[in-house]
Amino acid sequence: MQTQTVKIVVTGPFNAGKTELIRSVSEIEVVNTEKKVTSESEKVKNSTTVAMDFGRITVDNDLVLFLFGTPGQKRFDFMWEILSEGMLGFIVLVDSTRPETFREARGILETFRAYAPTPYIVVANKQDLTDAWSLEDIRVALRLDSAIKLLPCTAKKKSSVKTVLLELLYAILEELDSAKS
Amino acid sequence: MALKGNLSDFSIIQLLNLITLAKKTGALYIESSSKSARLIFREGKLVYATAGMDAMPLIKIMARSKLIPSSMAASLSERYRSLNDMELGITLINSGYLTQDQIFTGITDFFKDIIRGLFTLTDGLFHFEAEEPPPLTSIPLRMTLEDIIIEGSRQAHEHEDLKSEIPSLDVALKFAERPGVNIRDINLNAEEWRVISYVSPKNSIKQIAVVAKLNDFQIRRVVYNLLQAGLVELIRLNNPAAPAPPRMIPARNPVEQRNLVNRVIDRIKTI
Repeated sequence: MQTQTVKIVVTGPFNAGKTELIRSVSEIEVVNTEKKVTSESEKVKNSTTVAMDFGRITVDNDLVLFLFGTPGQKRFDFMWEILSEGMLGFIVLVDSTRPETFREARGILETFRAYAPTPYIVVANKQDLTDAWSLEDIRVALRLDSAIKLLPCTAKKKSSVKTVLLELLYAILEELDSAKS
Repeated sequence: MALKGNLSDFSIIQLLNLITLAKKTGALYIESSSKSARLIFREGKLVYATAGMDAMPLIKIMARSKLIPSSMAASLSERYRSLNDMELGITLINSGYLTQDQIFTGITDFFKDIIRGLFTLTDGLFHFEAEEPPPLTSIPLRMTLEDIIIEGSRQAHEHEDLKSEIPSLDVALKFAERPGVNIRDINLNAEEWRVISYVSPKNSIKQIAVVAKLNDFQIRRVVYNLLQAGLVELIRLNNPAAPAPPRMIPARNPVEQRNLVNRVIDRIKTI
């Protein structure tokens, strides 16, 4: 029998922690194409994802979950549409310590919703850092409706990422239930 | 937790909205190259504001609002120079110079003008110091910000509208060969003249903005007015392809999908 695959997309601004999040739970070494950062404005880290991150979790004998991380920079947004095709849902990851990226996060969120009206959650990464914005402030800054799940996260911690994935999957189930009713 | 950043990424309107909605208490400091301000809030309401870091004396605020004639303001300042704002306010009311409502109106107008002055800032640092109280001697006031947020939002929308009219500043301008209106009937203001003097297919709008010392909003407004007047035309340097239409995920059997999601959930739980 042919193995079935499902996909969850992890998106968000540059340096939000998408690669880290996927790396925390993937059973394979995350496949990514990293390139030296050349733009002055993006010199927060030395390298960044220019194609996509690709993680994998085997669910059972005939089902595999793929986690795709989108490249963070705007100039790669042509990839977003390709990545969003057929996804179960998506995660918008925000760096809680960099309010200058919130507007971009909002733009990415709206773009993905347009590409695929699938369930999504918003995740505030780096909540373990002292200069992280609070969830309440991030919700207001991103203009998120109270119905949208906004979760705290530390992407490098497996348990934290696990909670995030489960919350997205529960949101997907809720969506299926509401569509049924 | 920290609430700090740059106005280029997080506008003053967004900040005021956040503080109002989150009913925050504390002081918001704005520092840009051209101006600075300190706004103090109590449960989301503005209670105190200074342009720059020094407070304006109450008498000057009242004179500015024309509630006290300038000539009288100087003598009152001199006479009551030992009093703080709260003591002076009480004295002005008891002496019959002003009513309490007039004092509140004068201060409210002054605070609103401080905030309006911040709307034009597109760059600058901000930080919020939670729980910082206003000076003990300030006049107690609680001002809701909804109106001024709406006003600022309108201005921001105007900017958005202009951006949709002139999405890119990396285009050039040229004089229209057949202007739609009689050029003798057009009155240009100083900003428009400055821009007109640089109109050339060799200069991008962005370059003109730099030499004319206009920010993105201002240059767009000027160019829009010139376009509306039929004086200039945009020369587009490139023609980006139209974005592809959104693609929807394929429809699936809901029961099958639910079963599939549950399997994924069970697996994730074991990680």
